[in-house]
Amino acid sequence: MSGAAPALPAAPSILTPEEQAHRRLVWISTVDHKRIGILYLVFALVFFAVGGLEALFIRLQLAAPNNTLLSPDTFNALFTLHGTTMIFLVVMPAVFGLVNYCLPLMIGARDMAFPRLNALSVWLVLFGGALLYFCVLTGPPTMGWFAYAPLSETPYTPSLGVDYWIVALLALGIGSVATGINFITTVLCLRAPGMTLRRLPLFVWINFVNAFIVILALPVLNAGLIMLLMDRRLGTHFFLAREGGSPVLWQHIFWGFGHPEVYILALPAFGIVSEIIPVFARKPIFGYGFVASSSVAIGILSFGVWAHHMFTVGMGHAAENFFAIASMLIAIPTGVKVLNWSATLIGGRIRMDVPLLYCVAFLIQFTIGGLSGVTHAEVALDWQTKNSYYLVAHFHYVAVGGIFFALLAGLHYWFPKITGRMLDDRLGRLGFWLFVVGFNATFMIQHVLGFMGMPRRVYTYPDLPGWHWMNLLSTCGAGVMAVASLVLLWNIARSLRRGRPAGDNPWEAWTLEWATTSPPPAHNFERLPEVRGRRPLWDLAHPERPDPPTPSGDIVAPDHTRAAVWCLIASEAAFFGVLLLVFVFFNISPPAGPNSRNSLELGRTLAFSLCLFLSSFTLWRSEAAERRGQRRRMAAWLGLTILLGLVFIVGQGREYLGLFHRGIGFGTNLFSSSFYILTGFHGLHVCAGLIALLIALGLSLSGELRRRGASPLGAIGLYWHFVDAVWVFVLATVYVLPRLL
Amino acid sequence: MTSSPESIFSPDSPQARAIVSLWTVNFVVCALIFTVVAAMVAVGLCYFRGRPGDADPKQVAENRRIEVAWLCGPVAIVALLFVLNLRAMARSDPPPSGPDDLEVIGHQWWWEIRDLRAGIVTANEVHIPVGRPVSVRLDTADVLHEFWVPRLTRKMTAVPLAGNHIWIEADHPGIYRGVCSEFCGTEHAWMRVMVVAQPPAEFAAWEKAQERAAAAPSGEAADGLRLMRSMTCVNCHAIRGLAPGGTAGPDLTHFASRRTFGSGVLANTPANLRRWLADPQKIKPGVKMPDFNLKPAQLDALVACLESLR
Repeated sequence: MSGAAPALPAAPSILTPEEQAHRRLVWISTVDHKRIGILYLVFALVFFAVGGLEALFIRLQLAAPNNTLLSPDTFNALFTLHGTTMIFLVVMPAVFGLVNYCLPLMIGARDMAFPRLNALSVWLVLFGGALLYFCVLTGPPTMGWFAYAPLSETPYTPSLGVDYWIVALLALGIGSVATGINFITTVLCLRAPGMTLRRLPLFVWINFVNAFIVILALPVLNAGLIMLLMDRRLGTHFFLAREGGSPVLWQHIFWGFGHPEVYILALPAFGIVSEIIPVFARKPIFGYGFVASSSVAIGILSFGVWAHHMFTVGMGHAAENFFAIASMLIAIPTGVKVLNWSATLIGGRIRMDVPLLYCVAFLIQFTIGGLSGVTHAEVALDWQTKNSYYLVAHFHYVAVGGIFFALLAGLHYWFPKITGRMLDDRLGRLGFWLFVVGFNATFMIQHVLGFMGMPRRVYTYPDLPGWHWMNLLSTCGAGVMAVASLVLLWNIARSLRRGRPAGDNPWEAWTLEWATTSPPPAHNFERLPEVRGRRPLWDLAHPERPDPPTPSGDIVAPDHTRAAVWCLIASEAAFFGVLLLVFVFFNISPPAGPNSRNSLELGRTLAFSLCLFLSSFTLWRSEAAERRGQRRRMAAWLGLTILLGLVFIVGQGREYLGLFHRGIGFGTNLFSSSFYILTGFHGLHVCAGLIALLIALGLSLSGELRRRGASPLGAIGLYWHFVDAVWVFVLATVYVLPRLL
Repeated sequence: MTSSPESIFSPDSPQARAIVSLWTVNFVVCALIFTVVAAMVAVGLCYFRGRPGDADPKQVAENRRIEVAWLCGPVAIVALLFVLNLRAMARSDPPPSGPDDLEVIGHQWWWEIRDLRAGIVTANEVHIPVGRPVSVRLDTADVLHEFWVPRLTRKMTAVPLAGNHIWIEADHPGIYRGVCSEFCGTEHAWMRVMVVAQPPAEFAAWEKAQERAAAAPSGEAADGLRLMRSMTCVNCHAIRGLAPGGTAGPDLTHFASRRTFGSGVLANTPANLRRWLADPQKIKPGVKMPDFNLKPAQLDALVACLESLR
């Protein structure tokens, strides 16, 4: 297409003409993965503007020594909000947006496995963002995005902003877990014929792995946040040292989430680059197997490296060395990936379009960030540079120079698919170079500032030799990035209306999303090309020399609902795992005052535990009856299950009442706090299960279940058995073991 | 970089030097790896640039031998760095031995320094004799703080009740600046600290002077002392010999002998002190010391009193 004519041919629009008439409702009510993906991207863009402005003010304040532009607490609020916004409201939604849009298309699916759950997730982003920024009215959080105790506790930061920050992250965390479950189930259950796991595009592979990290890491944060909220509002002392708690425990929990989170942000970036570089080098990714398997390695290792954030809290050399090894090991699969990407370029016929430019910048900048990461894994070096500007430079090279650049590559790459129009090439190149110059000017010099002893999170600094001009340079760089962002926004706004129509496959790419129109129709594909290898569109275009065949196999798609419940169970297991560990941590030597031995009655608890365990049996009978079509028997067993569950809840309620009467409240000591949070959350899960069972009972009595064909009982049953299994661990840890030890 | 007064690359103690020598190795290794990656990318972009109409290149998908080699390279590098790291850790952070010499306590937002042998309490200035490792225990009165004097030693967090330990040593006399490097609230930026390393004789003399209680002031300074007692200054600040007791703020017994106040926010001169007392919230917003709305005559008396505390 020439594109020179003033009257451009109309590109297909995202909304159909009927939808144009009530477009607001369309966007609010949508459950289409593509529109939800776009919503995610729009939210990310809005919050990017907010987080970017915060960064700009941070840099303005630091432009000169002893500057008084901002008050100290304004500055502290800005860096707290900047970190939280960029991680939870920009990069995660942007990633989820791209995955939401592309993943079903890439595997040839009609939509995500759970479209309505998907809609819940995306609106939780907006809800979480609103909760976080509600602090504008209540006083902002000023404790840093890492919320280290005891600073984040009420005696030191009484502001309600901290509490809003906590509930905002809880909302976002729950939404993210739902998204993770959706991704996993979609990949497992909805692949097109021929799309075996070994033929998945790397973007899908990597985000599939990533979804497991999401569902396992976020619950760890949620557990910690709830404990912090209890400390602040219910008088417990989980993280207050002088009352028996442990501020270091917060760090373990926070980074137990926080480091996997780094990979939650980084892996999708790897996925994007792994898609784009081959297309623009015109040859397949070098070492598909290595890139895919190294992602799995990163996913697993990411859970074993958290304490490298804690080399200066005095864990002792032995523990520090363990985490140093683990952290350096994770550099190996990451390094291998960089080499694979670089090698993909060699021997290609490279097209220097904007998406590739961003990928090249990603390669160079991410390598720098990765190398400075290795120096942080070396304990002795970290002892000097931790919490200095060297660290700030390091993680911005990863997060901005790496992840953000990859997201921009992805945006430029998929924009034509999403909107049906190309982004302007000239503006794209201008924006790219401004971002490269601005980014490196801002952050390269910060390495040096860190070496020279400048600590991070300071609102001002004395006029020491060299510090002024270096900070000023950094601020100027931030200004250039702001201009680059405006160019990007302008390009998007302009291209949305006047961009050159893209056609189905403007980049001549090889994955399935390019086999349909741009934008794709609501049902995604008119007809799917046959999938025989990793690059179906290559095979289609070159029938004379298709890719060497990859092992084929039948796709065994598990049942949607069961797959999702298993994911939920994994996620909940992580949550209860943290609470169990917390209980063990505080009760391994029983604290003074009430403890398991002198306050809990084993006999009565065993009695109502028995009811709970029996309820698993009755539910199993009910499922069996349902399979045999014995409706009445099924309802009877189901009713008995609910009754047994109620007995358990009443028993637990009586136990709580008894404890309250004896003056044992949430905050009495660390035993009572860790007891109530563990058994309380288990009780809440039992209640949730009871509600689900009641709904199932109601449906079956009204005959609705039979009419629907599919029964939810199997999925609810899985969940119920899991809740019972958790109680086995709780019973052993809380009631039985302390008596034996 | 080395000319900066706080650079980690101008170490002046065996502990800090051990870390710098590990840095040197790291710079070489990182430069090598970066060169390899950059070269691959550059070769790719320069020699394999496509032109419109080019046919597709050869579709190479993998080369197991090269990939295994790639895996081994990083493994070897990581192993080397880890071993060197072990050595640097042992040298820069030997285990504590014997009783501690000093206790450094972080407060929002200043440092309390207790000389455990001589019983001296001072603030924001750590005095040590040259050439002898000094054993320091870190503690905190409130939130987490982190003690970091880049030219002398590793940083270490002050965790409540944890009793974290570092060694401080300086090879030459001089002033070594440092900071609190763990975010600790509003005035984290002005929680600076300095280590003053002195030749042994000079250090002994300093210690002796600090051990003395404050002498009763006379004239205007005596008015100042009366003000301090009547205006609740002494509820927070102790002056050994004259007004013992307060522990919330820095000990003032030998205030005038210190180089800065407000944890580095101002040099300790009478003019600065007057500015500070007139409105501490203006100079260090959020500081726990309130603005007492002092009149000029009261300011004169207080400055005179504090300047007499040598």
